Amino acid sequence: MRKLALPDEILLSIDKPERYIGNEVNMVWKNPRDVDIRFAMCFPDVYEIGMSHLGIQILYDMFNRRDDVYCERVYSPWMDLDKVMREKNIPLFSIESQEPIKEFDFLGITLQYEMCYANVLQVLDLSGIPLLANERTEEDPIVIGGGPCAYNPEPLADFFDMFYMGEGEKQYYRLLDLYKENKKAGGTRLDYLKKAATVPGVYIPAFYDVTYHEDGTIESFEPNTKEAPKKIVKQLITDMSSTDPEAEYNYYPRKPLVPFIKATQDRVVLEIQRGCIRGCRFCQAGMVYRPVRERNVEYLKELAYEMLNSTGHEEISLSSLSSSDYSQLEELVNYLIDEFHGKGINISLPSLRIDSFSLDVMSKVQDIKKSSLTFAPEAGSQRLRNVINKGLTEEVILKGASLAFKGGWNRVKLYFMLGIPTENEEDMKGIAELCEKVAEVYYEIPKQERNGKVQITASSSFFIPKPFTPFQWASMCTKEQFLDRAKVVNTRMKEMLNKKSIKYNWHEADVSLIEGLLARGDRKVAKTVLRAYELGCLYDAWSDSFDFSKWQQAIDDTDIDMDFYITRERDVDELLPWDFIDVGVSREFLKREWENAKNERVTPNCRMKCSGCGAARFGGGVCFENKN
Amino acid sequence: MRIRIKFAKLGYMKFIGHLDTMRYFQKAIRRAGIDIMYSEGFNPHQKMSFAAPLGVGLTSIGEYMDIEVNSTKSSKEMVDRLNEQMVEGMKVLSCKKIPDDGKKAMSIVAAADYMISFREGKEPEGADIPARFEEYLSSDSIIVTKKTKKSEKEVDIKGGIYEGKVLEGKIFLKLASSSAEYLKPELVMSGFYNYLGEKMPEFALEIERTEVYAENEGGFITLEDLGEEIPENM
Repeated sequence: MRKLALPDEILLSIDKPERYIGNEVNMVWKNPRDVDIRFAMCFPDVYEIGMSHLGIQILYDMFNRRDDVYCERVYSPWMDLDKVMREKNIPLFSIESQEPIKEFDFLGITLQYEMCYANVLQVLDLSGIPLLANERTEEDPIVIGGGPCAYNPEPLADFFDMFYMGEGEKQYYRLLDLYKENKKAGGTRLDYLKKAATVPGVYIPAFYDVTYHEDGTIESFEPNTKEAPKKIVKQLITDMSSTDPEAEYNYYPRKPLVPFIKATQDRVVLEIQRGCIRGCRFCQAGMVYRPVRERNVEYLKELAYEMLNSTGHEEISLSSLSSSDYSQLEELVNYLIDEFHGKGINISLPSLRIDSFSLDVMSKVQDIKKSSLTFAPEAGSQRLRNVINKGLTEEVILKGASLAFKGGWNRVKLYFMLGIPTENEEDMKGIAELCEKVAEVYYEIPKQERNGKVQITASSSFFIPKPFTPFQWASMCTKEQFLDRAKVVNTRMKEMLNKKSIKYNWHEADVSLIEGLLARGDRKVAKTVLRAYELGCLYDAWSDSFDFSKWQQAIDDTDIDMDFYITRERDVDELLPWDFIDVGVSREFLKREWENAKNERVTPNCRMKCSGCGAARFGGGVCFENKN
Repeated sequence: MRIRIKFAKLGYMKFIGHLDTMRYFQKAIRRAGIDIMYSEGFNPHQKMSFAAPLGVGLTSIGEYMDIEVNSTKSSKEMVDRLNEQMVEGMKVLSCKKIPDDGKKAMSIVAAADYMISFREGKEPEGADIPARFEEYLSSDSIIVTKKTKKSEKEVDIKGGIYEGKVLEGKIFLKLASSSAEYLKPELVMSGFYNYLGEKMPEFALEIERTEVYAENEGGFITLEDLGEEIPENM
């Protein structure tokens, strides 16, 4: 047995020591001395969250296929261990070899949500790696960031040596090869970064200079090194339909890791497609993962079978942004039910539209009495749903609810956003009125056919404009505006006839503000992140540990004007902090969509009609369907 | 048909809690293709029960669980198949068929064996530990303070200590382990430190459970011996 980094005395005095000992089923074992490159893959949150992330499982498998690379994992130590490690000066270690992260060649950090930024600094700090990239030496790992938040990397620019934009399958082998070459040739860290800068999708913040206008907006954003390109082009795999596991870029783990501890995703995850045809205007994922690319259904069947066998999981879940849009959904779901449902395996189908097909499937795989139906109208009125281009109509929602109630369901969850651009009081009240209509549909069913009382839960989150969406220029609400809007909804709820059947709750406004700052921040915000971390911010994505007063102080200490970042509507010609990235979707398209939003005009989805968003030039996916 | 599986949990697997150990075996049994029975309903679960939960921090070479199966391979093949699925530190030691009238393991557990060693630097300070330990166990009564969530009380644990001696520098204990009387080895050992006029330091002991027994004709029989070997070609 390998030696653990932590002694028994520590492991027995902290919560869930299983988070730190590894040895899970399907963990990859290699001798670190036998490889050329050691890569530490980090999800900067607690183990159970990080272990549930599909992207890391894909890259872990992909990297470890190479004999010259050992990819290991590292997560944020929970607060109890964090304290002990600081007190006793224990360096952060990897799960696999239990060796210090500082000894690795790379530390790759996935950025899945803004509220993990303080944890990024925690991971660097506990590893003994200088927080600022420009203070690192030849002894430190190359710190590389990726994931959705990398599409606006600027608030983290000071802390990363490089970012990679796009799907890891495409360029990581090349980055690793270049590293090996550079090391063999005796090249320095800077030599490597210069080489890496020529790889498509790689952004090295130190190779770019930013200047600002007097009003704080960006004047110029220019490379300062000849290797650095002016535009960074997002990388993606154009063809995901291959059934050949050896095909180029076709990586999917057939033996995913199985944690001892119950992870958030304690199941086989089958990624059926990437991207989304819908084009909801608030959704960053729906824009940056364009175009939609489907996996081959026969290949998915084979993967499902193999992964269930290799993990022993008792549940399989489909993963995509909108499963109902997968063209082979019926065939795949029927296969899963026929093949596995009788063998004690649950089938979970998130992000399905409620219609007769999905209700039929759900009635086969779920206990209707215990499960609830989820609708995401996002906005309370049709007018506002047109603004956000959410194709769901009231008629569809009520029809779906009616079908479901007749099928025996009596619990419904409805998700909304408050603070969407152009939102007026009627739109807010519409949330309560829509809930009431759903309740009324239930009570239209003859009493003897009802399954007790109906339970409707409505939740609203606060709208946060994200980069590379048509709302990237929009004004975001202040805390007071958010809470006032929630109050309008809540007051209207209380006026409803069926108010006793409806529960309404809304998110914390404080955390939305910080998320808004980090989402559209520029390089100047990096010092706020650093200050917040110094003040003790950690695990901000957890409501119990999020401390707004510390963030407020960090904002004050670093002279950040929240209005500039939050409430200010940007001019469409302003140079935005993320404009040096080319995600496929063009600025012209986003501008058009911003205009369409203001004019309440709906844009058809990719399968109905191409709207010329720009993603077609990647040369694959839905843009080329039926165009042989 | 009921099968009794005996397994070892060694090294850092001692940090895996009881519920997670169960989840681990549920998945291992699926991977091994064991024809286990499931309960009815929308969330079917495997028919599996553990004899006696093992606390976090303890290793063991004598853990037991019972499973209900529709069909079985030979004992040898079952052991091999399961061991192909084990991670480092987990090892299946035997698979035995329990007679149809046999009781569930968890209902018949009566006693357990432990081997205990002191962590370096945390041994009792007094001299001649083996002799003093024998002396401690042969007292007329062994009064220790038992702490529960609500209160503390003095109890005599002498009746629950079936055997105890020093073996090759380690302490061996056979303790009551039934639902009526369950004695933790830590309690016996902290009593010993007190007997020596010392206080047991934190994390002083490394404890391994080595066997679990049922009562049998006035004596004890291992849970494993209540089952029978499944031959090839059954």
